[in-house]
Amino acid sequence: MIHCYKLNGYNIVLDVFSGSVHVVDEVAYDAIEMYENQPWNDVKNTLLQKYNDREDVTEQELDELHEDIEQLRSDGKLYTEDIYKNRAFDLKNRSTVIKALCLHVAHTCNLNCEYCFASQGKYHGDRALMTLEVGKRALDFLVENSGKRTNLEVDFFGGEPLMNWDVVKDIVRYGRELEKIQNKKFRFTLTTNGVLLDDDVIDFANKEMHNVVLSLDGRREIHDSLRKTVNGKGSYDMIVPKFQHFIEKRGDRGYYMRGTFTHNNADFTKDVFHMADLGFTELSMEPVVCKPDNPYALTEDDLPIVYEQYEILAKEMLRRNKDGRSFTFYHYMIDLTGGPCIYKRISGCGSGTEYMAVTPWGDLYPCHQFVGDDKYLLGNIWDGVTNLEAQKEFKLCNAYSRDECQDCWAKLYCSGGCAANSYHATGKVTGVYEYGCKLFRKRMECAIMMKIAESAENII
Amino acid sequence: MKRIQTIDTRDLKKSLKNGGCGECQTSCQSACKTSCGVANQQCEKCVSE
Repeated sequence: MIHCYKLNGYNIVLDVFSGSVHVVDEVAYDAIEMYENQPWNDVKNTLLQKYNDREDVTEQELDELHEDIEQLRSDGKLYTEDIYKNRAFDLKNRSTVIKALCLHVAHTCNLNCEYCFASQGKYHGDRALMTLEVGKRALDFLVENSGKRTNLEVDFFGGEPLMNWDVVKDIVRYGRELEKIQNKKFRFTLTTNGVLLDDDVIDFANKEMHNVVLSLDGRREIHDSLRKTVNGKGSYDMIVPKFQHFIEKRGDRGYYMRGTFTHNNADFTKDVFHMADLGFTELSMEPVVCKPDNPYALTEDDLPIVYEQYEILAKEMLRRNKDGRSFTFYHYMIDLTGGPCIYKRISGCGSGTEYMAVTPWGDLYPCHQFVGDDKYLLGNIWDGVTNLEAQKEFKLCNAYSRDECQDCWAKLYCSGGCAANSYHATGKVTGVYEYGCKLFRKRMECAIMMKIAESAENII
Repeated sequence: MKRIQTIDTRDLKKSLKNGGCGECQTSCQSACKTSCGVANQQCEKCVSE
């Protein structure tokens, strides 16, 4: 399978099953696209007619092009056959160890963001804080179920995790002790709205947190329209100086400014650029996840606007790279040579199998977006996974488990997509959230185009 | 090749043999939390090499 597209002046051909990327001129673009389904003689005749005014499109030239295409085919870089489909289930189930937990240390929040999928931190349940006992047991559970895996990830999440900060610090300290005994390496991350950031938090996080995710939606009026305090006031002025102070002290350690865009700011690049202009360089901006009848839900009419925004963003990032004002955008960070192997590309995020969420009282869910849904209560950190029927749905999730993905060129970039998005959009974990797919494909096209633009000065 | 330029990429078929160690980051732990993909994850082995 191939995928051909034109973007920012480049003619791009992706060979799906080898992962190869080719930049071609318009003649080769037409030839490669047609040759997938037509005999070469038909392709050649069509091209001779179409380009009859071009001196460089002769029979001899096209024969040379044919040789080059066949060379790429024999090198396994074009028209590559799918050798993974029948092995997808086994590739995903090569191991069943758990390697990441999302610890819901606080099911409560000091903001009242309208679009919060966690229902203002409570996940449609009671307010609660995780005790140190539960937190320690969660780390023990992770270690016990991690097999030979060295790197283990623990995200402090909420609600707002800083509302239970002392426990977070003690869990981290416990983790560092465990590392010495168990030969493991914890990578802790913190996701926060910033309201309670102070120097104690900043210094501890800069020492111990592998990554921090800081929530900011961009422009003041956009941020304040949905991210409000419990008194209904905007939170922008309260948090932005704290975030700037945090990042100034963080040095070269990882972080993301993470925003959510909605129907209200389908022109979200203005918010991304605003964050960049505030001095932040590691940026992420996610489409809102909500029911379609919400007034801020993205609509079909927004789609062309959002597509254009992704292109604007990619082009502006290339421009800023050149003039020394570069920033990264999470979804455009694609490493063509050091990216994920085929096992990862087929398996996906590992929700419900390698990755689980832990509630304040120690219950296990497939991921943070399923917390509070009784159907997907998998078990708890003392007894392990006991709802094997629910877990089986997640074991079956892979890049090939959805009929709708069979003809999609992007399936080895998305692995079949987010199970939670699928579930919320279709009622099935193995359903397809088509709107999200459309945005994902556009982001991938932009990301690959940027790599081409960055890697080749003298591209065709 | 006159009309085709191939960008350097990881050969996915070869990664059947040299991949699958599982040490890489879980996709959703990084920054998105709501619109997961794997394309922008890094291979832990490739990073350490």
